Amino acid sequence: MDFDPVLLARLQFAFTIIFHIIFPSFTIGLSAYIATLGVIWIRTGNDAYQVLMRFWTKIFAVSFAMGVVSGIVLSYQFGTNWSRFSVATGNVLGPLLGYEVLTAFFLEATFLGVLLFGFKKVPPWLYVMSAAVVAVGTSISAFWILSTNSWMQTPAGHEIRDGVAFPLDWFAIVFNPSFPYRFAHMLNAAYLTTGFVVLAVGARYLMAGKNIAEGRIMLRMAIGLTAILAPLQLILGDQHGLNTLQHQPIKIAAMEAHWDGSKPGDFHIFAWPDEKAGMNRFELSIPKGASLILTHKMNGLFPGLLSVPEADRPPVKTVFFAFRIMVGIGMIMIAAALLGAFLWWRGTLFEQRWYLRVVAQGWWMGFVAVIAGWVVTESGRQPWIAYHILRTADATSPVLGATIAGTLALFVLAYGVVFSFGIYYINRLIAQGPRGGDTHEPANFSASPISAARQEGREAIQKGGS
Amino acid sequence: MEWYLPLIWAAVIGTAVAMYVILDGFDLGIGILFPFSKSEAERDQMMRSIAPFWDGNETWLVLGGAGLFVAFPRAYAVLMPAFYLPVIVMLLALVFRGVAFEFRTVSRSKTGWNIAFTIGSTLAGFSQGVILGGLIQGIPVSNGAYAGGTFHWATPFALVCGLALVTGYGLLGATWLVMKTEGAVQDRARAHARLLLFAVLGFMAVVSLWTPLSIPRIAERWFSLPNFYFLWPIPAVTALVAFMTWRWLEAGRDVPPFLATIALFLLGYLGLVISSFPYLIPPSLTVWDTAAAPSSQIFMLLGTLLLLPMIIGYIVFIFWLFRGKVREGESYH
Ligand code: HDD
Ligand code: HEM
Ligand code: HEM
Repeated sequence: MDFDPVLLARLQFAFTIIFHIIFPSFTIGLSAYIATLGVIWIRTGNDAYQVLMRFWTKIFAVSFAMGVVSGIVLSYQFGTNWSRFSVATGNVLGPLLGYEVLTAFFLEATFLGVLLFGFKKVPPWLYVMSAAVVAVGTSISAFWILSTNSWMQTPAGHEIRDGVAFPLDWFAIVFNPSFPYRFAHMLNAAYLTTGFVVLAVGARYLMAGKNIAEGRIMLRMAIGLTAILAPLQLILGDQHGLNTLQHQPIKIAAMEAHWDGSKPGDFHIFAWPDEKAGMNRFELSIPKGASLILTHKMNGLFPGLLSVPEADRPPVKTVFFAFRIMVGIGMIMIAAALLGAFLWWRGTLFEQRWYLRVVAQGWWMGFVAVIAGWVVTESGRQPWIAYHILRTADATSPVLGATIAGTLALFVLAYGVVFSFGIYYINRLIAQGPRGGDTHEPANFSASPISAARQEGREAIQKGGS
Repeated sequence: MEWYLPLIWAAVIGTAVAMYVILDGFDLGIGILFPFSKSEAERDQMMRSIAPFWDGNETWLVLGGAGLFVAFPRAYAVLMPAFYLPVIVMLLALVFRGVAFEFRTVSRSKTGWNIAFTIGSTLAGFSQGVILGGLIQGIPVSNGAYAGGTFHWATPFALVCGLALVTGYGLLGATWLVMKTEGAVQDRARAHARLLLFAVLGFMAVVSLWTPLSIPRIAERWFSLPNFYFLWPIPAVTALVAFMTWRWLEAGRDVPPFLATIALFLLGYLGLVISSFPYLIPPSLTVWDTAAAPSSQIFMLLGTLLLLPMIIGYIVFIFWLFRGKVREGESYH
């Protein structure tokens, strides 16, 4: 059997990082939501917010654990899978990852302990502040890791000596050209992802006729948030794309399946890019649409895929379809959020069962869009691992293909098990609801934040204390 | 400056690794001792004694890895491929034990996640020991890249080091329980600690004899003169600390055995550093050969000097917040 180490290393990395990003997409937004609930609780003294806060904290605990363990895997995979990449870019990227650990990971991990176990140990303000610190920590983490990734896309502030990057200007490295766009777009993506999960859970409760008060709060908060952020994401994405056109024009050509740069680009609603023939089949297009979006002129020109040799083109089909999935979901999100806002304004939001039924099914949209977006970004960067600095094929470690294949199989198996159980548990926590714990759980004690939280939630409701 | 920077960084990373080994050591140790507990309530109590800390403890591992990438990218790029399998097994083991903290309590039956917690903790400790053993033995390098096969690390010595570290973590975990719990869990932990102390001393003796006998460079380091004059106190102090640990355990003391075990770990660690320094990748690459650009090391050092005291500050805060004993059947609140 023939194992291609480069392909396998890429598959393994893609698999583990896609698994990881699922959790940050949710925990970044959810920690901010929990902190917001806490602040409202302290300021209004309304216990419904405290109940909600404790409820989402249980779910947060389960997702965060999966985010942490899958993240630790990644920080070692730069070395296990891409050791030559580590040598070539370590001088520049090492400190960025180092700062992520020092400014974010310790902060998150420590105050998570207070958030999960400290409810009765610390005064309410400190408790809510810990939630806020966790939220800030996750955003700082996103800041550094996205700066790292953006430097791989649009390197700046360095010089190359003997194939190794040396830092010249740290400010230019951290705030490299694509970073502000990527940071804004990804952070917003995380909030949207969480918003649609909260929306779905709220709708699910109202449909089932239980936890009505909490369900209404969730629905209102989620719609208020997404009605602003979903349209904003379109604007941020558009700006991001214009920035990419400047720095990685071939990636844009792949997103639009635009082959011939001497003609204006159509916007393809559907097409089947044929990489061998260098053209599209089955096109369904808006004439000159892509030119209008990207150059703001009907007859504006932008580079096509044929302008570079085939070896320098990214996998067109992957980029093209992933982009359509992301934007498609973005449009559905805008529609769903604005419709919800409209119903709310009309005062019929909680009665429209068809609307509730639809959004109750939409919890997965953010996750899929985030993954699709990353596939666009990362596959569109190919064949480079660090743009115009190092090719992916030259970045691998001296490890046998068979070894990578074996460990890839282990990862698939292990993550499959962990993920299935995780989803199942989260779903069950949601089904139990904010006050679910008290109906069928005996007053047992346990090591976990989950049961601890449940315990507290119950006690707080009964206003008894222990 | 260019000469000192790699040394400073070696000290920083050495500290991070020591912090990791001690802090995650005791919570991995709880997993290793899990199967010897008698009831679900006891296991809850054991878990509860580490639950607020484990994530922070494990972050030192990330700092160690990231620190190596920051300060010695060439060493990172040799070590990870050289220990590809043990590293990935360790990571997967940590995945299972990490999620077990949360999953164990939301699942209807705890048994499955108890097993995952035990196997994950044990396997993680074992892999770390194997990596350590493989590193002490030396790694083949040519042209700055790893030049061995997939199983180069798999020697009897490395496997013994794996067992040694599992035992050591078990001892840390047992003395932690002596300190943090009471009742049946504490009594059993005290009994385990006594057994494990002897096992650890046995492993320390084996490793201390095996390395100089099989690796001339290490024999040279310890037994040549005048080195020997300066180095003989290390084994002597180790013996003394071990004896005191035993006495304190016998005397029913709660806190001193844990502190003494930490001292044992640090002494063993010091011995290893003395054996290999200044090689980061024995026997060929030193801290200077593998260092990152000075500008990168300085940029990161400034941040470390500023941030590490803050980090230590809030870590102290959380250990203080959750101080005191975890009682049987008690929740945190
Ligand atoms: C946009 C955000 C984002 C992205 C692109 C990534 N991560 Fe991540 N990561 C987070 C956002 C995050 C987080 C929100 O901070 C997490 C998720 C859940 C959590 O526990 O913290 C986290 C956890 C996390 C941890 C565990 C931290 C701990 O011990 O507490 C590590 C080591 C990494 N990540 C490393 C990586 C690496 C090496 C990545 C890319 C190759 C990566 N992450 C992509
Ligand atoms: C932010 C830090 C990130 C870094 C440093 C990073 C780095 C890398 C590297 C080194 C590769 C291997 C080269 C390749 O095969 O393309 C890669 C590929 C990939 N990454 Fe990222 N990545 C990051 C974020 C992400 C995230 C968050 C995702 C989310 C899902 C992601 C998705 C992918 C995918 C799908 C591939 C495979 C692409 C392909 O093989 O064609 N990346 N990335
Ligand atoms: C609404 C229309 C949207 C547009 C026009 C848009 C545009 C873009 C573009 C052009 C990129 C590629 C950037 C590059 O690598 O050069 C991108 C990436 C990405 N998108 Fe979108 N996007 C939209 C919606 C969404 C939604 C709804 C989500 C998730 C909730 C999302 C999540 C992401 C993520 C995670 C990435 C990868 C990270 C990055 O490069 O920023 N996008 N988007």
